[in-house]
Amino acid sequence: MKSTEGTFQSVWTLGEQRDGRISPVSYELLAWGRDLADKRGTTLASVILGYNLKDRVNTLIEHGADIIYVVDNPALEHAYPDAHAAVLEKLVREFLPEIFIASATTYGRTIMPVLAAKLETGLTADCTGLDIDPETGLLIQTRPAIGGNVMATIKTPKHRPQMSTVRPRSRKPLASDASRKGQVIVRECPDDAYASKVKFLEFIKDETTALPIQEAEIVVSGGKGLKDAKNFQMVHELADLLGASVGASRQAVDLGWIPYSHQVGLSGKTVSPHLYVCAGVSGAVQHIAGMSSADIVVAINNDPDAPIFRVCDFGIVGDAIEIIPILIEKLQSQKATSPK
Amino acid sequence: MRIAVLVKQVPSTDKVKMDEETGTMVRSAMDAELNPLDLYAVEEAVRAKEKTEETEITVISMGPPAAASAIKEAIAMGCDKGVLLSDKVFSGADTWATARTLSSAIEKIGPYDLIFAGERATDGETGQVGPSVAAQLDMPVLTYVSKIREVNGARIVVERAVEGGHEVVEASLPALVSVVKEINEPRIPTLKGKIRAKQTEVPVMTAQDVGLDAAHAGLLGSPTRVVKVFYPSLSRNGTIVDGRDPERAVNALVQFLKDKALV
Repeated sequence: MKSTEGTFQSVWTLGEQRDGRISPVSYELLAWGRDLADKRGTTLASVILGYNLKDRVNTLIEHGADIIYVVDNPALEHAYPDAHAAVLEKLVREFLPEIFIASATTYGRTIMPVLAAKLETGLTADCTGLDIDPETGLLIQTRPAIGGNVMATIKTPKHRPQMSTVRPRSRKPLASDASRKGQVIVRECPDDAYASKVKFLEFIKDETTALPIQEAEIVVSGGKGLKDAKNFQMVHELADLLGASVGASRQAVDLGWIPYSHQVGLSGKTVSPHLYVCAGVSGAVQHIAGMSSADIVVAINNDPDAPIFRVCDFGIVGDAIEIIPILIEKLQSQKATSPK
Repeated sequence: MRIAVLVKQVPSTDKVKMDEETGTMVRSAMDAELNPLDLYAVEEAVRAKEKTEETEITVISMGPPAAASAIKEAIAMGCDKGVLLSDKVFSGADTWATARTLSSAIEKIGPYDLIFAGERATDGETGQVGPSVAAQLDMPVLTYVSKIREVNGARIVVERAVEGGHEVVEASLPALVSVVKEINEPRIPTLKGKIRAKQTEVPVMTAQDVGLDAAHAGLLGSPTRVVKVFYPSLSRNGTIVDGRDPERAVNALVQFLKDKALV
């Protein structure tokens, strides 16, 4: 849509749910949205589609939304991209939001490009920074490319809504305030909007209870320096102790020590935990691309010239196979004596 | 079955060098290659062809003339032919304009029963072009596909790798499927494949050929504008300790973690 097609106002966030429960990323998005709406002097609305969730959406108001648009229909229970995008398109064309942001989850990264294509507007992927240009009032979107080696600032000058997906966990939700008041608007759509060419069959839950690495607060990664699959077990042990998820370099994955879903780097996952510990990872640029936005980086590697040491906050030049067991032991005794 | 695979040529990742001073990636002197995550899409297309009789695979890419070599990499792996969308007016396209160009070409040279794409390109890393193409062609999109359970001329059953597990869904064809790395292990092209790729001519289509107005292509047709590009310094100047005395080194690390309230 062209900006001249109507009066676009208010900031929208796309809420997420699974099985009728609102996902935490929905609250993170409201923290981003609240800032933008306040800077623009406008309202913040959260849109959420699903089934059997009408009665649970008040938490979105408690976390910063002024208005909730809910479309509650059995056809929306699963995240069918065609149906969800069609319903969202109807809402956008009716209420004309100026800015519409979603989380860069598998849901957001699927629905938003479909919606942007239908609305003929711009969409900026996986932003790590959002702001309002004080002069033009435009949304300023900052995103990393090539694994964070390049940062780009992007605007959508003439199309509306200005749409972005935002990297999950890049922001803490606002504190919940039960006294906040807001409006809940429940909408129905014409039947054709709910039609989907996709059919849900089943959900196979991951057996592991550990968080996926992209969502983890702490990630412990292992690389080729661990020499074999047996030594790689140390990484799991250390991760368990720290309550961390396990990551790996590409080499460790290629050697079959751990599945691909744990690979950190340019052709794997991008992680942004509070603490990133890596053992026996030399830090090829492709790996660093996937973890450089971690708050604190600890590296253990036997090569003093390994590039990982340039991007770490604390490094030990030594054999990870020797160091890790000592670290595990010390952390265990620390835990045993700690008052908590 | 008629299959299309959407691919992109990207700067070669294994030749990337790091600037010692700034800790950033040196982009000059980088060779170009087929986007590594597209290899999985190409492999899955070739596997579908091996299982289904009378299947033809067309590789489609938008890019400069040199991007023909990325298409040839895919042909060497077993795709039948390729089309390169190349025109000066295509340059500077964002994901929306790229998808518009690709979908316009598909409307000309298609239809296809199944369109494959990689999860994302390793340079732009948006992952938006696949879903956007599907939307513009009005077909369902299945993203993050980690397994194809079943495919025939009318329907496809896939597993999608999503947060916390795998979602099994079915879709009617035509559909666009974007795949993740865990779906397969891409084959190495055979010598025969390489020779065939070398001998295969990759026709070029311009904006006019795909029936696209210049106003809808490239930078001109892009709703988004990159207003600034900058290179963040990755260097952290951390504390580095000698691990030859492991006890001492680990004590220092534990102290560091304590100071940061991490343990």
